[in-house]
Amino acid sequence: MRTDDLVRLLATGAEPVEPHATGRRFTLAVGSGMIASALLMLNLLGLRSDLDEAVCLPMFWVRLGYVACLVWASLLAALRLSRPGRRLDWVPAALVAPVVMIWAIAGVALAEANPGMRTDLIFGTTWKSCPLLIAMLSLPVLVAAFWAMRGLAPTRLSLAGTVAGLLSGSVGALVYCLHCSELEAPFLGTWYLLGMLIPALGGSLVGPRLLRW
Amino acid sequence: MSEKGRLDTREQQLRQSLLRGLDGDASAYHAFLQELSAHLRAYFRKRLYRLPDEVEDLVQEALLAIHNQRHTYDAGLPLTAWIHAIAKYKLVDLIRRRAGKDALQDPLDNASEVLTAADGEATEAHSDIERLMARLPDRLRLPILYTKLQGLSVAEAAKVAGMSESAVKVGVHRGIKALAALIRETP
Repeated sequence: MRTDDLVRLLATGAEPVEPHATGRRFTLAVGSGMIASALLMLNLLGLRSDLDEAVCLPMFWVRLGYVACLVWASLLAALRLSRPGRRLDWVPAALVAPVVMIWAIAGVALAEANPGMRTDLIFGTTWKSCPLLIAMLSLPVLVAAFWAMRGLAPTRLSLAGTVAGLLSGSVGALVYCLHCSELEAPFLGTWYLLGMLIPALGGSLVGPRLLRW
Repeated sequence: MSEKGRLDTREQQLRQSLLRGLDGDASAYHAFLQELSAHLRAYFRKRLYRLPDEVEDLVQEALLAIHNQRHTYDAGLPLTAWIHAIAKYKLVDLIRRRAGKDALQDPLDNASEVLTAADGEATEAHSDIERLMARLPDRLRLPILYTKLQGLSVAEAAKVAGMSESAVKVGVHRGIKALAALIRETP
């Protein structure tokens, strides 16, 4: 077929395109992924029993803020990476900032703590299960985020896969906050981060294969 | 007018055609794709000078990609950056498939170049889209055949094909995506 004929074929009867398709697709993906992840958490893990008391603790909100900032920044990055020619600009800095903040708080906490207590601050009581549970809760969001990106046009596939993984990891961590009783910054800066990086690594590995178009 | 001024005007005109096309103006969209194909041809020809036979195939593949992903264009951003990113992605993808990285003449180019040259001289593409279409199942092939090649309306095509109108619309949409995938896999 000649290119002119292809052009005619594509243009004939071309339907209007709905605006804001990118944002809607991601809202749908993250929304449904988060609901699935929350159902998974409620069924397998359950809410922490003292949630009503925990919400009075400042660190409960610091933790929620830390994770929510990562959700927001990775969502922005995912939106940008899904559109050809869109630059990331300051978004990588927004991704790093919450981690730097939590490490700064962790540094103060560790410096002020009794030296014998420091390992407790870092390891808490659930360090073995926390990263794996966050990674598990991220799975529905990971599937949804890849679905969203596959309908768009990422051109840097490995990076887009990483960010889709990070988005799902941070949403998984957000859901996990309602179950988890660890509130120490050194713990959050280590094991929560590790839990979010597991799906990010997975995403970077499968991105080039699954996101190709 | 300066070179930059001319380029800005061209970008503005092309952008207007695309935006009207995205609103459903088929003739503006046709003009957009027509001019775009000349720019893509010049862009690829310059970079694939060792694979001249691939140029027209890649033009068609990029056109299909731009059509299928046209919902990812953000009206607030320069058109050049969007087109360039897609063209470059398709170029790199082709070169990876050919596994001969030395075929790429000039990988470090910048976005403004994508509209600087136009080449209206189409050579024959190898991938015969009509032949590829024959490989599509009827539920995808017939909607394209009736609405796109014979120019029937969606309602008319639905009647002739014995399908619902929404099935025709979905068939066109999925069919063109399937064509883009077939054209990619064809050696």
